[in-house]
Amino acid sequence: MTGRILIEVIQLLMVALGAPLLMGSVRKLKARLQGRRGPSVFQPYRDLRKLLAKEAVISENTSWIFRFTPYLVASVMLLSALLVPMLSTRTPLGFIGNIIVLMYLLLLATFFLALAGLDAGSAFGGMGSSREMIIAALAEPTVMIAIFAIALRVGSTSLDEIVRRGADDSLLLLNPGHLLAFVAFFIVALAETGRLPIDNPSTHLELTMIHEAMILEYSGRHLALIEWAAAMKLLLFLALLSNLFFPWGVASTLEPLPVAIAFAALVLKIGTLAAAVAILETSTAKLRLFRVPELLSGSFTLALLAVISFFFVR
Amino acid sequence: MTILLRKILKAPVVTEPDLGSLDDRQIEVIARQIDYQSRKLFGRSLHIREVDAGSCNGCEIEIAALNNPYYDLERFGLRFVASPRHADCLLVTGPVTRNMADPLRRTYEATPALKIVIAVGDCARDCGIFAGAYGVFGPVSSVVPVDVVVGGCPPTPQMILSGILSALTVHEPKQGIDRE
Amino acid sequence: MIINQTVMLNLLAAMLASFGAGAAGALLSARWPRVSRVIGHSFAFVGSTLALALGLAGLAGGTISVTVAQILPVGGVALGIDRLSAFFVVVIGVVAAPSSFYAIGYTREYEGRHSLAGMGAALNLFLASMSLVVMARNALTFLAMWEAMSLASYFLVMTEHRDRETERAGWVYFVMTHAGFACLLVGFLLLAGATNSMEFAGWQAAAESVSPAVRNLIFVLLGLGFGSKAGVIPLHIWLPQAHPAAPSHVSALMSGVMIKLGIYGLARVAFDWLGAGPSWWGGALLVVGAVSAVLGVLYAMIDSDLKRLLAYSSVENIGIILMGVGAAMSFQSYNLPALAALALVASLYHVLNHAVFKSLLFLGAGAILQSTHTRNMEEMGGLIKRMPQTAVFFLIGSVAIAALPPFNGFISEWLTFQSLLLSFQISAKVINLTFALSVAALALTSGLAAACFIKAFGISFLALPRSEHAGHAREVGVAMRAPMALLAGMCIVLGVAPLAVLRFLSSTSSELIGSAPDLHFNWTSIVANDSFAIVSPLWIAVALVALVASIPIALRIFRTNTARRYYETWGCGRAVQTARFEYTATSFANPFKRVFSLLYRPVKELEIEFHPESRFFVRTISYRNEARSIFYDAIYGPMNRLLRALAERVRLLQSGNVHVYLLYILVALVVLLIIAR
Repeated sequence: MTGRILIEVIQLLMVALGAPLLMGSVRKLKARLQGRRGPSVFQPYRDLRKLLAKEAVISENTSWIFRFTPYLVASVMLLSALLVPMLSTRTPLGFIGNIIVLMYLLLLATFFLALAGLDAGSAFGGMGSSREMIIAALAEPTVMIAIFAIALRVGSTSLDEIVRRGADDSLLLLNPGHLLAFVAFFIVALAETGRLPIDNPSTHLELTMIHEAMILEYSGRHLALIEWAAAMKLLLFLALLSNLFFPWGVASTLEPLPVAIAFAALVLKIGTLAAAVAILETSTAKLRLFRVPELLSGSFTLALLAVISFFFVR
Repeated sequence: MTILLRKILKAPVVTEPDLGSLDDRQIEVIARQIDYQSRKLFGRSLHIREVDAGSCNGCEIEIAALNNPYYDLERFGLRFVASPRHADCLLVTGPVTRNMADPLRRTYEATPALKIVIAVGDCARDCGIFAGAYGVFGPVSSVVPVDVVVGGCPPTPQMILSGILSALTVHEPKQGIDRE
Repeated sequence: MIINQTVMLNLLAAMLASFGAGAAGALLSARWPRVSRVIGHSFAFVGSTLALALGLAGLAGGTISVTVAQILPVGGVALGIDRLSAFFVVVIGVVAAPSSFYAIGYTREYEGRHSLAGMGAALNLFLASMSLVVMARNALTFLAMWEAMSLASYFLVMTEHRDRETERAGWVYFVMTHAGFACLLVGFLLLAGATNSMEFAGWQAAAESVSPAVRNLIFVLLGLGFGSKAGVIPLHIWLPQAHPAAPSHVSALMSGVMIKLGIYGLARVAFDWLGAGPSWWGGALLVVGAVSAVLGVLYAMIDSDLKRLLAYSSVENIGIILMGVGAAMSFQSYNLPALAALALVASLYHVLNHAVFKSLLFLGAGAILQSTHTRNMEEMGGLIKRMPQTAVFFLIGSVAIAALPPFNGFISEWLTFQSLLLSFQISAKVINLTFALSVAALALTSGLAAACFIKAFGISFLALPRSEHAGHAREVGVAMRAPMALLAGMCIVLGVAPLAVLRFLSSTSSELIGSAPDLHFNWTSIVANDSFAIVSPLWIAVALVALVASIPIALRIFRTNTARRYYETWGCGRAVQTARFEYTATSFANPFKRVFSLLYRPVKELEIEFHPESRFFVRTISYRNEARSIFYDAIYGPMNRLLRALAERVRLLQSGNVHVYLLYILVALVVLLIIAR
């Protein structure tokens, strides 16, 4: 019993405390690739601590939705942290939902963030919300078809089951559908977390912003919560990609030693994916907004091919 | 893409070490404003919003150079942000023209407390060569309270960097004029 | 608990009496509009509550079987309740009760302008005929009640008959509903002829003996008839015109209940009357449902009229429901009854959920209409500060219809997803591919629906008012807020604790299909197909609430700065913030319009009028960017032209000359005499 509570607490702390470190690492790697020394990997922690000490300036045009959204978005990310199997396939709270529930929880956070963007009555916020929603809507089919591909292979949509059966299957990486589904899901992860080539997370030009435009009005502790939630979202997506598609190393019990090995394996996998994201961001330019649907349709086609290959390879 | 990737991976880190500015006489720190509380708060994290209050853009070019790999202000924990709501520090350039006086004031009000204002360039300090012109409202200190002044026309990126860092706990100005 | 037939009959009689009293009372007190209004709608409220009770009793196991031979020819009026009928009666009651109560306050502004007696009478007739349609047990009862329902709803739609747009909407509705009725009539007569019986029980018994070709034809005809009532693409064109034109409580009833009766009919056809059919039936319904869902929400996305947006959203949800029904039919034709029952449970749950949140949204739109006197979202804004409670209810409805946890829309959409994903148990490649594409369609629909309702709620309620009227809006009265609060509460309860509803749905679909659904549930979690999928709505809601509450507490413990200062919106330092700076509904939908321009085929018109003296000065610029209706271009336009051409030819028969008409009578008589020999 204590083991089960402990593993959930560890997972929650990992995501809550480790997300800024992931963000800092990606920024550091990008800086190095750009030929500069870059900020420390712990810089996001300092930023968050500073933000929590600032006052919150709130627009007079906003309503309670503006003040409520940061808390909701952070809560959704924390709840998702409890669902994703990161260290062990025996996630005690895994009964709360399967992978579809996870995707819809993330959509809930996006919904309220978009509303908050519209709340201040500025053109930037509305633009951010509108663009965010077209991308989210076009990414949904890819997500669901990729989930379908995974469910076909495994016979279940429960996150624990997917990881467990994946770890048992030694021929996993030879399965073309599996790799196609991974690429499609990777592109969706980039779209959902607002990374290049879909959205530039460090731009200053409002006309090129998508996620940033929705949060232009936030300050102080509200901004801290939203930045933290964005970092957690990136960590969650990378953890999902690592453990669903490369499930080796995940503990199947709650014993300390396998869990420690799982932790090390997770750090390795997420580190590799983060490096891939950083390299991709440094070497591609941001896509024009109306070229993004083409990219997302491409990823949808890949996911559909993954499903078709599973039907014919069965 | 592979050519680009190879280039990226081969290029070295070219950041120059921060040796301090050669001419720190141009940096004035109004110690009253930057008190211990602000320095403690901004520790190693300062978000800067640059405001162009009618400048000729000479200072802007130097400020933009702070982002390049040679000066790399991100390694000090400084970052440029787009919205004053996200900012702790306003970097103001230009003699404040009549049209930009009100927007500058609004930008200052939109920035959450605690905040610092750094006036960059001779124009920001005392209207520089534009003093007395018909379109000029006055120096930055006549619109918003200023904490650090970095003189020069334009000041070098190194001077601007020293000016900003003098507001944090890391860097003491080499020759500060304490106004008390 | 066994409820005997007497109790059920008493409830039925009381319900009909209440509706009758309401209609009669409304008409008799026509001289005093206020009395007529209150009597008509109060009795409608009482009747709907009795309908709800009747339906719940039916779901608990009670049945009715009554035949009154005298009222209609060929079998009389035959009524019966089984679980499916009881479920739909519950849906009727759940929507009608709040709507009638709401109407008491809402119709006040029709006093003096339109006939309130007519409204009250038509409403009662509408509700009574809808209840009787689902309880009908032979063909003529069904058809008579169906027609009564259509007529009553036509009169309700035409309430504001002096408005040109309403006139046109009523006309299109009238034509479409009768075209559908004609298909139903022919289908019923064919089936009755093939099985030699006008009773539904007779059809069920003899369905196997009907030849496949005739069964296919009947399926297509009944599909067209019920489909046009449900509002599937491409038979939907009446929906976006009639629903906005009607008064809001009537829109709620039409969208929430009446179009579901088309689903009721399709469920009866698929699982009851025609027996197990070939696999293409299910596949066809699945494809039609997917197309309706995607196109419905795409059209909702670009609309600036709040009620028309809600109407198109109904088309979308009917598509989702139809996908569930199609999936159920497919599973049944491949001998997977447990999965078929699961798909049907998902479908019926969505019927109930959509009824609840769509009526909530329409009632909210009515409140907005009453306060701001406009349906155009481009003129709204800032209503969350002036109508705070309505805003909360509308928000709950929006989050529910976007299928987001922890509200009810999420549960039914989750179940629909699960049943579609479980299609891999069928081993036919074409069907598998169809199901895969329908999963993609459903996912696209839900993403677009979320975007659509961000627009609907965000543009209408948030930021600054975009017009004088919106700036002077006031919160509506308690009589209008209470029904909305009730429906919003139901959205929450149905989402967080679906146990009770699932039990009823389970028994309903197992009765219809003959096998229990592949579903296990208790008060905390739902499990589909033995660990294929699991969700715990209660714990999600609890966890979210706990986390949202604990974060501010944690922030206080860590001594963060809780100061708050109000200032203007950041606009790059400009001097003044007005509503003109905000995003509008059209601009919010612009990326969608551009991405899906293949479907919308927007027509861009730009007219610039220059100053007569010089081309450097512009007087006016007029810009139009409208979506063309592909249905008018491709289907209804050519069909209209063809019918007109035919009508022109037939007109030659009407010469206006009495002698020619007498000749026609003679010829007809002679032909009949020859045939009768």
